[in-house]
Amino acid sequence: MREQLEGSQAIARAVARCRPHVVPAYPITPQTHIVEGLGKLVKAGALEHCEFITVESEFAAMSAAIGASAAGARSYTATASQGLLYMAEALFNAAGLGLPIVMTVANRAIGAPINIWNDQSDAMSQRDCGWVQLYAADNQEAVDLHPVAFALAEQISVPVMVCVDGFVLTHAFEPLELPALEDIDAVLPAYEPRQVLDPDEPVTIGAMVGPEAYTEVRYLADQQLRSAQTAFAELAGRYAARIGRRIAAVRAPAEVPARTVVVTLGSVLGTVEDVAAETDGAVGVVGLTMYRPFPAQALREAVRGADHVIVLERAFSPGAGAPVTSDVRTALYGTSTRISTVVGGLGGRPVTRSAVREMLSAADRDELAEFSFLDLDAGVVERELSRQRSATRPGPAAASVLREVVPAGRGRETS
Amino acid sequence: MTDLPRDPFHVRFHGRGGQGVVTAAELLGQAAFFDGFEVQAFPSFGSERMGAPVVSFCRISSAPIRVREPVTHPDAIGILDATLLHHVDVFGGLADDGFVLINSVRTASDLGIETVVEQIGAAHFGVLPAGDLARAVSGRARPNVVALGALGALTGAVSLASLERAVRARFGPASDDNVRLIGAGFDAVRAVAGA
Repeated sequence: MREQLEGSQAIARAVARCRPHVVPAYPITPQTHIVEGLGKLVKAGALEHCEFITVESEFAAMSAAIGASAAGARSYTATASQGLLYMAEALFNAAGLGLPIVMTVANRAIGAPINIWNDQSDAMSQRDCGWVQLYAADNQEAVDLHPVAFALAEQISVPVMVCVDGFVLTHAFEPLELPALEDIDAVLPAYEPRQVLDPDEPVTIGAMVGPEAYTEVRYLADQQLRSAQTAFAELAGRYAARIGRRIAAVRAPAEVPARTVVVTLGSVLGTVEDVAAETDGAVGVVGLTMYRPFPAQALREAVRGADHVIVLERAFSPGAGAPVTSDVRTALYGTSTRISTVVGGLGGRPVTRSAVREMLSAADRDELAEFSFLDLDAGVVERELSRQRSATRPGPAAASVLREVVPAGRGRETS
Repeated sequence: MTDLPRDPFHVRFHGRGGQGVVTAAELLGQAAFFDGFEVQAFPSFGSERMGAPVVSFCRISSAPIRVREPVTHPDAIGILDATLLHHVDVFGGLADDGFVLINSVRTASDLGIETVVEQIGAAHFGVLPAGDLARAVSGRARPNVVALGALGALTGAVSLASLERAVRARFGPASDDNVRLIGAGFDAVRAVAGA
């Protein structure tokens, strides 16, 4: 039965139906509604045998999740942006220790300049921490991915991050179908930890490993993470068949490959699909639901036959390019496919249909650069550079650009 | 199922933090969902501050909604605070046959927006003292529910029964005042239209 729900509330209720035992939580916009929702469910007694722990920081949240998971508890938390960065050290530990924690990341930009709006800089900055990373295209997929995430994490003993675009999805109300318990039970059995701290059978979780074995231990961790591709395909396929919706590591149209293909991930997928639908098959859209491990083979198949792949990214690697493109380029190495990067939707700037149309039109005219920013106001940039050149102490660019873009007395409209 | 004036039908609400701008879009979305439509309701995200200008959006469609951009070309605009009229581009992108509902005790000419009324036609324009009506019923001047009822009657995009059901779904046991408010807004516009 579909209900009209806020994305965050729907995620909270889907997670509750996965029956976590421990939820250490620390608030941060735009994630807060998720853990608030879970906290209310625990308090109301709707989520039995679950301890909701209000901790003092994101570092503590992930540390508590690690401890709980090592003690054999199904552990969940959620965060965003600076909170994810604050957990960074513990993220690598959770993965290195092979603890099947599930975490929702309500994707948000990273400061400075401080910005609370949506892009994917936060999760992308942690792409090498050893977690599985899944990106939801819409709220229904966000809901559907969580049971699969728990099942996947526990089956291969690797933590899983479910990335959901902050505000755009977390704060949107739309008709959604929550998972039925029997559907969850079909893919998510009771948690049987591969390793557990038990005083009766002591083990060491987190042994110090020197040069004599570090490489081998890391190699095994990489193999374990890579195994998520097969495990995800099986679990997601089984779960999707039950709920009657499609869940795939790579979302690709079934029809004949298009000449130009846009590869993207997260909530812009629908907007790009809407625009691609206007092109009469000339442009195809491929969505990456799984980003780590990188589904290189599935991506190669999805874009086979394309002359031009445009990677539309919500984050970039300053001084180098952009992360998803690097992986796409590696996956397509040896093919003649041209690859362009378009960085868009940074810090909450909407990725509009008109901007996507312009991008595709530039590609069609053969004028799309190898690396460009969607909707960049070149005039603002040029005026700021000129100002900086003419001043001996130009001061901070952020405040100066802001003064030009948002004139005094004209605040931006917010919620 | 009600008939949408246009399918998809896009609505934008303007107001100030504390007036229930975001809730208005959510309630409209919930009501349209009860009427059998696909819906997407969302705020124009940001830091929440009392008194700051706020925008929220609602898309209503008989087909699934995939796009995720703000509503830039609304078919209807609900303005919960008339002091925004000359500070924010509240009418930006308004369709020529669009609808406008304003919470104010003043008239269109007092508000200096005759050109907007000319653009959309008087039958698509409504102004009512939603805050005053709300205060009379509930003792609180939050205008959103009255204005939403009025917008529903003005556009015909949602049924009163679904609006009432949305209010009950949202406010639970404390819904009675809000059900009266949504009806007051609906009736106020219907009375004008019928006159």
